[in-house]
Amino acid sequence: MKTDIAKLLQRKKKQIFENWVAAQLADSNLRDELMSNEELRSQSDELLDVLLKTINNDNLSDVYSQAFEPVREILAGISVFRAKNGYTPTETGLYVFGLKEAFLQAIQGEMKSDLPGMIEVTFRMNKLMDHLAIDTFDTFIKGREEVILRQTDEITEISTPVIRVWDGILALPIIGTLDSSRTQVVMENLLQEIVVSGSTIAILDISGVPAVDSLVAQHLIKTVAATRLMGAECIISGIRPEIAQTVVHLGIDLSSIVTKATLASALRHAFTMLKLEVKRVQREKSI
Amino acid sequence: MDRIPILRMGKFLLVTIQIDLYDRLATNLESDLVNMVNKTGARGVLIDISALSIVDSFMGRILGNIGTMSKIMDAEAVVVGMQPAVAITLIELGLELKGVHTALNVEKGMELLHEKISFDEDTLDEADYENNSE
Amino acid sequence: MTIEKEQDVVPFRNRVKEHAVKIGMSILNQTKLITAASELVRNMLKYAGGGVTTIEVLSKGRENGIRVVFQDKGPGIKDIKQAMQDGFSTGKSLGVGLPGAKRLVSEFDIKSIPGEGTTVTIIKWKNG
Repeated sequence: MKTDIAKLLQRKKKQIFENWVAAQLADSNLRDELMSNEELRSQSDELLDVLLKTINNDNLSDVYSQAFEPVREILAGISVFRAKNGYTPTETGLYVFGLKEAFLQAIQGEMKSDLPGMIEVTFRMNKLMDHLAIDTFDTFIKGREEVILRQTDEITEISTPVIRVWDGILALPIIGTLDSSRTQVVMENLLQEIVVSGSTIAILDISGVPAVDSLVAQHLIKTVAATRLMGAECIISGIRPEIAQTVVHLGIDLSSIVTKATLASALRHAFTMLKLEVKRVQREKSI
Repeated sequence: MDRIPILRMGKFLLVTIQIDLYDRLATNLESDLVNMVNKTGARGVLIDISALSIVDSFMGRILGNIGTMSKIMDAEAVVVGMQPAVAITLIELGLELKGVHTALNVEKGMELLHEKISFDEDTLDEADYENNSE
Repeated sequence: MTIEKEQDVVPFRNRVKEHAVKIGMSILNQTKLITAASELVRNMLKYAGGGVTTIEVLSKGRENGIRVVFQDKGPGIKDIKQAMQDGFSTGKSLGVGLPGAKRLVSEFDIKSIPGEGTTVTIIKWKNG
């Protein structure tokens, strides 16, 4: 007689659940600061519930069938939740493997009399849970990737502010490495702001750029050229001694660009170009 | 035949390109402008391209040609109002439009033309003065 | 879309633009794609006297993109490597067409058999 796995597991559900949760709670690495025991229990309960409703003798080996869609959905949810909340991949992996352990315990306990049947069921159960674990891993990594993507977006957003320092003068401090995608964002923001504010001078301050190699220099030259096409002038400031050294050693020609050592001297240059003068107010001495 | 209108404003010629140009129209504009410079003795040419969403190498070459041709005929050409996306694309494409002056908008372009021309006249005056003093 | 005369260039660019707008491409990337397409279609007219273009929307994962294929039955290109160099031109142009177009798009592929024709395929991803 063939044992109905679904019925067997359904019957032992409570025990499986308790074993599983107990194993999780007993784990010395359990991080209850990330999730309360209550939450862990309800999350695990939901997963087990749906999984047991899905399983039957026929679909046991086919995780990618339509029937398993809800199970994989819940697992994906748990996985993404864990990825975003700082669980390690090991912890997430062990979570699913813990459930497998509990299942196998139950099967071994119940099917002592039917050894060949037990082996078969164990084998299929193993396979099912392994697939689910791999699936979980996939979504876990996707969850992490999403976090990284979001952070990258945020960094590019915040790292390229365009500041109006004076009527007609924009300043753009660049912090961090300047790669081609970053240059795109910088250029776009700068040119857009030039149009909006009607500025004729832009100062690119590169004191926050760790190193200038020929590629970065090329990006800078491109930005300057694009600014000129718009009809504005571009000054590069914040050239540190090391940068001047590497630029010369690499044989990069920056002679077509106005460069200044500090933002202050760049601003002074900009004032001259706009025929502006900054003066100290002479107070009349009263005797 | 379609033509881009060229407006005369004192010493300057003014062109606003409002539609995407096909090649014939662009080459026509080039020759019309040069003829106009010759006929009117204009000292400056201002081309507003703020409505152009695309400038490819062909159009870039036309703009460059207008700049160089004007220069030979003793006039300055200013291209104004280039869209940011167009500027970035031109740079990526490898075109820097050397030989044409650029300005942010028509107003700034006019200022630039006045500046260039008054500078010319100033140096001319000085030269005249030197000649007279001899 | 068949390209036979220079008046076809502007409508063709508009078609490319429609596709790019449909997938929500940024203005900058739209401009780059259309400019590259414009360069290539001009090449086709100039060297092969015209040809056929196809525009389609692609998707890879959650990235969407536009693919434009340019097919002509012109004389072909003998030395592709040379043609892809900046400043090289057999005609009287600036010689930025092919290499410039390549810089403007995400993926660029050119196949040419001398005497039979040239096929250029470009892809621009929405965020690429």
